[in-house]
Amino acid sequence: MAQDKITMLHGSGGQATSELIRSVFAEAFSNEVLGQMEDSAVVPGSGTIAMTTDSFVVTPLMFPGGDIGRLAVCGTVNDLLMRGAKPMYLTCGFILEEGLEVEVLRQAVKSMAETAKEAGVLIVAGDTKVIEGNGGMYINTAGVGFIENEVDISSAKIQPGDAILVSGTMGDHHAALLGERMEIETEIKSDNAPLSEMVAALLASGLELHAMRDVTRGGLATVLKELAESSQTTFVVQDEAIPVTPQVKDFCGLLGLDPYYMGNEGKLVLILPEAEAEKAVEIIRGSRYGDGATVIGKVYGAENGNGAPGDLIAETAIGGQRRMDVLQDEGLPRIC
Amino acid sequence: MDLNTIKQFLYEYDGPDMNIMEVCGSHTAAIAKNGIPGLLSKKIHLISGPGCPVCVTPSAYIDRLLELAKQENTCVVTFGDLLRVPGSEKSLRMIKGEGGRVEMVYSPMDILEMAKNEPETCFVFAAVGFETTTPVYALLMQELVKYDIKNVKLLTALKTMPEAIGFLCENGAPIDGFIAPGHVSVVTGSKIFEPIAEKYDIPFGVSGFEGAEILTALYAIVKMRGQGRVINCYPAVVTAEGNVEAQESVETFFEPADAVWRGMGSIPGSGRILREEYAVFDAGSRDLTEDKKKNQACRCDQVLMGKIKPTECPLFGKVCTPLKPQGACMVSTEGNCFSWYSNHREV
Repeated sequence: MAQDKITMLHGSGGQATSELIRSVFAEAFSNEVLGQMEDSAVVPGSGTIAMTTDSFVVTPLMFPGGDIGRLAVCGTVNDLLMRGAKPMYLTCGFILEEGLEVEVLRQAVKSMAETAKEAGVLIVAGDTKVIEGNGGMYINTAGVGFIENEVDISSAKIQPGDAILVSGTMGDHHAALLGERMEIETEIKSDNAPLSEMVAALLASGLELHAMRDVTRGGLATVLKELAESSQTTFVVQDEAIPVTPQVKDFCGLLGLDPYYMGNEGKLVLILPEAEAEKAVEIIRGSRYGDGATVIGKVYGAENGNGAPGDLIAETAIGGQRRMDVLQDEGLPRIC
Repeated sequence: MDLNTIKQFLYEYDGPDMNIMEVCGSHTAAIAKNGIPGLLSKKIHLISGPGCPVCVTPSAYIDRLLELAKQENTCVVTFGDLLRVPGSEKSLRMIKGEGGRVEMVYSPMDILEMAKNEPETCFVFAAVGFETTTPVYALLMQELVKYDIKNVKLLTALKTMPEAIGFLCENGAPIDGFIAPGHVSVVTGSKIFEPIAEKYDIPFGVSGFEGAEILTALYAIVKMRGQGRVINCYPAVVTAEGNVEAQESVETFFEPADAVWRGMGSIPGSGRILREEYAVFDAGSRDLTEDKKKNQACRCDQVLMGKIKPTECPLFGKVCTPLKPQGACMVSTEGNCFSWYSNHREV
């Protein structure tokens, strides 16, 4: 492409649009289905499918450990995985603001293509629009996954006696982004990653997986509280068991943030019978992005005196207890 | 002494009832986060005081910021948690949505770069805070004076703790002990609380922010019941004298003044304002005394003075929630009502 910035002309639907699609998207995403360049993608498949969609409006577009392209694949792929689906196809819609550097777009697209390959999905349809603005970029992805062997993973299956696991450290993505926005130098990298290998290994293990969620916006506490409420059980977790890197811990201490409420983009919560917890930790640790897997707590029923159905209770390092809630408003850094 | 002995003592305490107030918002948050109320005897009552800087800022101050944000070529620069604090009607975030110019920063020093990039715009920093934050504003003032920067001003609502604690001893709930603010003490030194401790025969425990440190301070306070003493349970960072350099820097630019605390009225000598010779940097901080409630039923004032628990306010958790705060205490993560609401605290 001759020009180095996106202009309104790239969204006209004419020659410039075709050239943008050919030189940036088609090359990176190349596959047989997309190559047909028809109005819609036709793909084989039957049985039970999972569908989801997510939009990505992250600032900055490139951040330590990832970028908006990688994020746009991981977010949608991980949502499919959490219901036990095998992610198959993605669509992507790009909304570009005029003034965007074509090189930045190219990097994001390259990163999307690489991440899709890693996650084992095909990008089969796409769309691009250009709007007035200041060089921003927004991506929507929708995904389809196949559910095999009548897998049924949902919060409705959570039982008293289940163990609560996380696949690794909390808050990395959120801290990496905030650090970048605030120009604070840290070694923290985003954890954005597709969890395909991890979930495939769990599904193949034959373990009785009750519920899975990826820990994104709102953080761990929000996910756990929602699961406790929808299953009408009581979740009890140990503060000291929550994995947080020393760097993220220090960063949170500095800004008055709480790792319980910070987002990730490549971590999951798994709930399954306690007897199978140890095996699950071993499997997750043996798969990519699962090094830090650990048990953080347990699910209780009404018979236990540990709070009411729907409660999320954290046991503190000094032996106290507190009831936690979903994230309230946005996490604004405090004054001192 | 080991932690288990301290915990056992505090749990089994059966002496006279004790009301112990923490006057620092970070302590309020840490007490809830560590689940400390559940570890104490029913005879030890923890009361949250007026230690969250945005919670004690009167409505007139917020209203003045809103006026400034709406002015041509003016930008209000603020810390995040001030954005949602209600003035008499609106908050900075609402004004931002209506086209007012408000920028959030993480350090007051960020304003220097903004001012350099836009020389035609006047940048006003919402300089709110206690003894902990004031030295940072002094540092900013140093730069403004040194480089003769004309398009940065401060709208100040700076408060000092000892005078407010004295006011509470006279007018607030009966208090038998104070957890003295750890961060403030780093700057002021622990001895600043000695005159009040002696005057009212109340023990002060200077505490850090870890659960074990707070329990240790509580232990010391309960043990010293009725004695006007200050005990420094945070010696790793707090000295008797404090950070003298920071104190001197503050003295250079600011002078003591009466200050209005939201819901509590004017407390003599409990604030700091820019000295007369630096008045050119002041965006109109004097005489912001009006303190209107957004919702007349709001009882933030009594909450801040320890007279009622947040849960005893009729608006708490119903009309007033973190998403729709009616009073300032429901806004900041360090606000008493926010802390009680988000942790489902009952005692």
